Amino acid sequence: MSGRPISEDDLQAFVDRVLDAERQAEVTDYLASHPEVARRVAGYRDQRAALRAAFAPVAEAPVPPELDLARMIARRRRPKATSWRAAAAAVLLLGVGGVAGWSLHEAAKPAPGGVAALAAEAADSYLAYAPDRTRPVEIRADDRATLVAWASQRLGRPVSVPDLAPSGYRFMGGRLVATPHGPAVLLMYDDDRGTRLVLLTRPMATERDAPMAQNARGAVTGFSWADDGVGYSLVGPASPEILHPLADEVRRQVDRRA
Amino acid sequence: MSDMLQLVEPLIPALRRYARSLMRDPSAADDLVQDCLERAVGRWHQRRADGDAKTWVFAILHNLAINRLRQTQRRGRHIAIEDADEGAVARPPTQEDALRHRDLVRALGDLPEEQRSVVLLVSVEDLSYGEAAKVLDIPIGTVMSRLARAREKLRRAMEGGEEQPARHGAHLRRVK
Repeated sequence: MSGRPISEDDLQAFVDRVLDAERQAEVTDYLASHPEVARRVAGYRDQRAALRAAFAPVAEAPVPPELDLARMIARRRRPKATSWRAAAAAVLLLGVGGVAGWSLHEAAKPAPGGVAALAAEAADSYLAYAPDRTRPVEIRADDRATLVAWASQRLGRPVSVPDLAPSGYRFMGGRLVATPHGPAVLLMYDDDRGTRLVLLTRPMATERDAPMAQNARGAVTGFSWADDGVGYSLVGPASPEILHPLADEVRRQVDRRA
Repeated sequence: MSDMLQLVEPLIPALRRYARSLMRDPSAADDLVQDCLERAVGRWHQRRADGDAKTWVFAILHNLAINRLRQTQRRGRHIAIEDADEGAVARPPTQEDALRHRDLVRALGDLPEEQRSVVLLVSVEDLSYGEAAKVLDIPIGTVMSRLARAREKLRRAMEGGEEQPARHGAHLRRVK
């Protein structure tokens, strides 16, 4: 016997049959010598059973088609597919050719918010901002300090700007973009011929560490990876042979700083 | 999203039951569940990975239901309990049970909403006290005190009913 006095909470837990065996026995003993309380507790037990019986038919009824979760999930995905197709069409219109599969996207169920999602977000951002001739970036390279401070504050971690000048890409500037997984920082680079690259960075809730993976959407290639809770995706209209070393260079630089 | 289907789809019957027990009107209840599921699909990525899917989805449904109930109250559009009850509770096996269930559901409807949700989550939906506290976003002690108060009120209402059988139906009075 624990010797603890029986509380009202014990009585409720007795009704719900969630007491451990010892306490259960103590409450049973107590009720045997307190018929008034026993009557009340019996009433609660009846009431519990009656409530369950009264509403049981609702849970047993067939689920109506409006509540088909699989269909809801599929519907939620479709708009993405539509914008994807529009994006692919835009790429064709830009004359950069071919519609290849978005390889990571098609792979077996990626982790929600993981590197595949980041790669898709980076490609989306590339398609939205890289063709922009008026205002591709919100904060320009000459105001780098402001951009870095702002981005670091919004991402809640220090953000730095990898230097790709030795590889022939100048830093143009950047902006904050919205993703389904929170704010991300977009950095843009270009070369002498006006070819633009986008580096998208955001914190990773899932796949906090992931090896570099290649993906493609139309003529746009991407390399994406995650290190220590931060995801990176470098996207550009370049062949993997050109982009891969650049992605390696970015990774080397962000690693060195960490 | 495949994990979502796996974790949430089995909860749908219970979600319907909880919505029905709060709203009483069957089609309003299913609308609510639909709204809840749509939101759950949309917000699945925001869910904390270590969080429990059951309490998370029930919390979405509960908050929608409370908002809906308050809107209805503000507009002053009251569902007549007697009318609503007919459709809300499927016909139980015996006439005696039917009357008892109807009285119980009516007494449940007379409880303050905050007590009703506690007694339903614990008694009918089999949520632990801790889970109910999470769904309702209240301390566990508050769950216990509301549960005790709700059960006592329901018991008194039901015992009152048994002691005065004439209260059961207007049709008995009509005989005179």
